[in-house]
Amino acid sequence: MTQTRTLSKTTLSHLDWLEAEAIHIMREVAGQCANPVLLFSGGKDSICMLRIAEKAFRPGKFPFPLMHIDTGHNYQEVVQFRDKRAAELGERLIVRSVEDSMKRGTVVLKHPGESRNKHQSVTLLEAIEEFGFDACIGGARRDEEKARAKERIMSFRDEFGQWDPKNQRPELWNLYNARSHKGENIRAFPISNWTEMDVWQYIEREQLELPSIYFAHKRPVVLRQGAIVPVNVPLMSGELTNLPKAGEEIVELQVRFRTVGDISCTAPVESDADTVAKIVLETATTTITERGATRLDDQTSEASMEQRKKEGYF
Amino acid sequence: MSAMENLPVDNGLLRFLTCGSVDDGKSTLIGRLLFDTKTILADTLSAIERTSQKRGMEAVDLSLLTDGLQAEREQGITIDVAYRYFSTGTRKYIIADAPGHEQYTRNMVTAASTANLAIILIDARKGVLTQTRRHSYLAHLVNIPHLIVAVNKMDLVDYDQTTFEKIRADYLAFAEKLGIEDIRFIPMSALNGDMVVDRGDRLGWYQGPTLLDVLETAPAAHSEKAEKFRFPVQYVCRPQDSANPELHDYRGFMGRVESGEIAAGDEVTVLPSGLATRVKAIELYGQPLTHAVSEQSVTILLADEIDISRGDMIVKTSEAPEPKKQIEAMVCWLSETPMDRARKYLIRHTTRDSKAMVAGIEYRVDINTMEWVPADKLAMNDIAKVAFKLAQPIFCDPYAENRASGAFIVIDESTNNTVGAGMIV
Repeated sequence: MTQTRTLSKTTLSHLDWLEAEAIHIMREVAGQCANPVLLFSGGKDSICMLRIAEKAFRPGKFPFPLMHIDTGHNYQEVVQFRDKRAAELGERLIVRSVEDSMKRGTVVLKHPGESRNKHQSVTLLEAIEEFGFDACIGGARRDEEKARAKERIMSFRDEFGQWDPKNQRPELWNLYNARSHKGENIRAFPISNWTEMDVWQYIEREQLELPSIYFAHKRPVVLRQGAIVPVNVPLMSGELTNLPKAGEEIVELQVRFRTVGDISCTAPVESDADTVAKIVLETATTTITERGATRLDDQTSEASMEQRKKEGYF
Repeated sequence: MSAMENLPVDNGLLRFLTCGSVDDGKSTLIGRLLFDTKTILADTLSAIERTSQKRGMEAVDLSLLTDGLQAEREQGITIDVAYRYFSTGTRKYIIADAPGHEQYTRNMVTAASTANLAIILIDARKGVLTQTRRHSYLAHLVNIPHLIVAVNKMDLVDYDQTTFEKIRADYLAFAEKLGIEDIRFIPMSALNGDMVVDRGDRLGWYQGPTLLDVLETAPAAHSEKAEKFRFPVQYVCRPQDSANPELHDYRGFMGRVESGEIAAGDEVTVLPSGLATRVKAIELYGQPLTHAVSEQSVTILLADEIDISRGDMIVKTSEAPEPKKQIEAMVCWLSETPMDRARKYLIRHTTRDSKAMVAGIEYRVDINTMEWVPADKLAMNDIAKVAFKLAQPIFCDPYAENRASGAFIVIDESTNNTVGAGMIV
């Protein structure tokens, strides 16, 4: 290696490279699978996925519908954003809800207040079966969680939706193997190699619109076991959820969400960042990980994500 | 005003792998890189502090950062290739972390397939071992252009220069036989952080760059050579049913430039039809591009209407490869089920699949001695030169000339598993 070698003029910037890889992966799913679906929750990662799908397939239609597994406990700003974005794109949005699975009796909560987040897996598998999807494209990233760091870009799931971390298909070069037999499916993660910072830089570069709760806003919260827990959150129905527990003192804090999921398990961080540019700077200087103090469901045990993924969680 | 204007220039993304045996400090080196580039955040650090304490360790065990799975934490071993990320502000890095235990061959080939640089760790007390030679052979086989030999654990040899120089001489003597050209040697202590990100003050006799200095300046592009243009078609875009009548005749060929460059106006040939035409336009998301470069995903529009589908390849007319139905390749067998010569397999080369049968195994490489030995079957981790007969022609180049059009995977159709990795000779 000579010391003086200069970088080739044709080296892509890191965001261009990540984008090109993600487009390539999405086109491989579309080329290899008969009936894929793109999971779209209205969160920041899946918002990036929609832009990548546009770059991969426009001026054509997406070769797959969008689908959201709604726990019924989502922030209304996010649900409204989800519907608006799908309509703007002119693409088909399928919504399947955990509440319907509860009505069918396939999801049984231990108690009415239990987080519905992990029960999404049941509803997802029911939807996969209902529509016969052979691939689900999702916006998961390897930097989010240690079990995800080990997951393939094309991740094979058996008829029960199970992931076997000890028996994954080796993935070489950019030759992806999305083959599956009937009933099995592939989970494809085009932005596996992105980090939280890359996502924010991409949102900034592409000027992507986001649900308002990603930006700093005032919100009634309680402090519970070191996390900021939003309380009295209005649902789409107008009903209030996440009621404070007895003895908890409600305070109003300036917060934003780094990750958006089910209300019962997503905690915001204190922040003044009210623009994407400020969020990029804040992400560059933060000392806690995205899921560190913000995902209550990941903290139950060292292996809680891995366990849920083995059972079919995304 | 964009926040990005305050950040330094973007020098692209470098993918590298680390290899070494179980005890030469690979996990500690990765931990050190992440720690000293401030990639590890406080809550991750406190989590590994807690685990270190639980295991009765005095200092924080940085290697815990890289063991993600439950079974790995329980057993203290690494099961599979994992990918780690860090950024220096000027460059983003993806580390392919291949475990060093007995399944090393297939894991290392897997990790190496996407890397442009390999770090080979040597324990300064042990010097060049069989393991070092195996790893170097595999890095060379997968055609990684840049090697860094990290002579680690210098703290355990009192940072002795003579020890380092001897290891360097030993390694070079052996590497000459393999034909590896680009090699750098760096003495370091991953444990103490000398010469990884910071220089430290114990290796004053070494005037060369730190590990991170080399990583920051290594070429990030997938190839620095002038390669032939290869564009496997992934997907054909025909929005003729759309409400927009202007799109009625739109035929976009979507894919990734696997190698080389293409510009609007260039003469191209479409394979397998062999029909020649001209590039009318190159686009990404409706934006016209004057040209497209290696690793860029784009849409190509052609001047003439030619029937093209997924699996076809667009090349420059002057550099078209011959279609081949017989190939010879170095194959790494990945599956626990041995390769069965009586069976038919599926070969996936770029976006093209073909049924294939094994025409013969010329030899197997003994990975310990690097000698060629006769073989009539392949077990997991074997590397062999294999001849295949294909049902469909593929448009390939020798792997040594082109990593993208010289590589393929072997798929077992009964399980759909990826069972082999091939590099065309």
